[in-house]
Amino acid sequence: MKKYLVLILLMLVTATATSYIYAEKAPDPIGATTGTSSDVTAATAGKPTLDEVAAQAGHNKIAINMVWVLVTGFIVMFMQFGFAAVEGGMTRAKNASHTFAMNFLIYPLGMIGFFICGFAFMFGGVGALGTLGGYDGLNQEFTINIAGHAFGLIGTKGFFLNGVYDVSVFALFLFQMVFMDTTATIPTGSMAERWKYSSFFIYGILVGSIIYPIYGNWVWGGGWLSQLGNMFGLGHGHVDFAGSSVVHLTGGVLAFVGAKILGPRLGKYNKDGSANAIPGHNIPLAILGAFVLAFCWFSFNAGSSLAGGDFRISIAAVNTMIASATGALASTLYMWFFKTKKPDPTMMINGLLAGLVAITAPCAFVTVGSAALIGLISGILVIEAAFFVELKLKIDDPVGAVAVHGVNGAFGCIALGLFADGTYGDGLNGIKGGVTGLFYGDGGQLAAQLIGVASNIIYVSIIGWVVFKLIDLAVGNRVSAEDELRGLDIPEMGVEAYSGVKMDKNSETPLSR
Amino acid sequence: MKKIEAIIRTSKFSEVQTALREAGIDFFTYADVTGVGNEINKGEHTYRGTIYDTSYIPRQLLTIVVRDINVQKTVDAVLKAAQTGVVGDGKIFVSTIDDSYRIRNGEKGDTSLYNKED
Repeated sequence: MKKYLVLILLMLVTATATSYIYAEKAPDPIGATTGTSSDVTAATAGKPTLDEVAAQAGHNKIAINMVWVLVTGFIVMFMQFGFAAVEGGMTRAKNASHTFAMNFLIYPLGMIGFFICGFAFMFGGVGALGTLGGYDGLNQEFTINIAGHAFGLIGTKGFFLNGVYDVSVFALFLFQMVFMDTTATIPTGSMAERWKYSSFFIYGILVGSIIYPIYGNWVWGGGWLSQLGNMFGLGHGHVDFAGSSVVHLTGGVLAFVGAKILGPRLGKYNKDGSANAIPGHNIPLAILGAFVLAFCWFSFNAGSSLAGGDFRISIAAVNTMIASATGALASTLYMWFFKTKKPDPTMMINGLLAGLVAITAPCAFVTVGSAALIGLISGILVIEAAFFVELKLKIDDPVGAVAVHGVNGAFGCIALGLFADGTYGDGLNGIKGGVTGLFYGDGGQLAAQLIGVASNIIYVSIIGWVVFKLIDLAVGNRVSAEDELRGLDIPEMGVEAYSGVKMDKNSETPLSR
Repeated sequence: MKKIEAIIRTSKFSEVQTALREAGIDFFTYADVTGVGNEINKGEHTYRGTIYDTSYIPRQLLTIVVRDINVQKTVDAVLKAAQTGVVGDGKIFVSTIDDSYRIRNGEKGDTSLYNKED
């Protein structure tokens, strides 16, 4: 009886205390009176002047953009999970620790490289950050003059984020850092199952600090490709909304060069040149990874507006999902009816990702019908490209990274030059009017896109080749044949992915005939 | 005392087990085994556009040690239950066992192969 009395007393005390706390303002369960003039920062509370209201409105506008950039950036970071799952699932169990450890460590490695000098090289001369408050401290671009035109090559401010202690710069850094890591993790797929971890480690720093930022500067940092419109009247210059060229083509070309230098996995090709299948060990995991990527891609593409107040983000997001759907269905049906007569789960994944990669550049500039068509083409393209790379070029790409990111990254940029409908992009790269593709009357834009793609392929393949060759001299790129047959988990990483689980390692590597 | 080793299709395992029990054979050892052979590539396995055969064939290996009087009915039970008539049904090998012991009590010879209550 006594404890009930105590309980009732306690309830009374709580109820009284609660009513005291909320005594001055009535509770607002539907939110109708939450957020009023009294919430506007003002000298006289509740009576803001017009200037104070204007200041608050400006603050709120930038706040929406800032939150948008940060939250989409957080979600893009999760693409690291998607890549790890797709690549880990499509490779063999005996190398799973190694494959996952590469996908894991690329995140901190690339980030440190980007922190040291990558961000400075890429955005050191970008100028005022319009959607994030207009801070213009990133104002040093190294340029060379050719025929009276200044070609911006590389930014030179913001090493270690020094001298740019500004909220908008930090938001931009976070967002661009996670994009860089997306590029960095692409080659770990094409080079999986035979890449020495020490070589990968050095590559991880270099891709974030040098390889990615330089091309990124040319397109997004105010460099020469973005100024093709100003200098030569080619549309808006090379336009890449979310990174078909900057992120995916760069990653795809690196994946191609790396896989070419490493050579095929043991047992991949027979003596007559025909290819063996080396099935991945966890298709369900690869499919889960593809779902994660598809989800994060909304942030990747729509977030690239760098402005939550830019309502075009809904167009970008819908174009993204439609292109991924047509890409996945096209690749599935193409395999099912014209190739092996099976839907082929890993090709479904490649098709979905191909659609996403291809729509990444044009997502904000095209109609939804064009997006569907771009996805459809990319779904077929990715399969033909994967076959071409494997059977004609004899380059062993376990996950199809070259076909997905390289070929469709290039296609996405070109598609923008064809399908951009001219409704969006006024003022982009300092050019008035919307971005307009060839089919809507502006061949100059297509020319700028082709120059952007060509310069990416030339620059990245050369610097990639040099970097991989230098690393090869220092530590060697490829593991020994003995380690490769045994599986890289123990010799390279020290721990098996599935300790205590019996595996048939012999059957995992086909016998070359 | 004979040892009967039967390599059978994995899909036939439970049928064979039932047939053996009906024939009065309750004890045997089995293992998952892998072999190679001239299995025809039926195009069932495809991965990333390549049709392939796995180059290994999964089967089950049953090891049954029985008294001489039970040899024929054991062989008959396996033959009947494991047969599909298609290439790849497996093999049965019969060999002589010199002796056997029951570890629990050191019993020797035929009596170590079955429970006395039977």
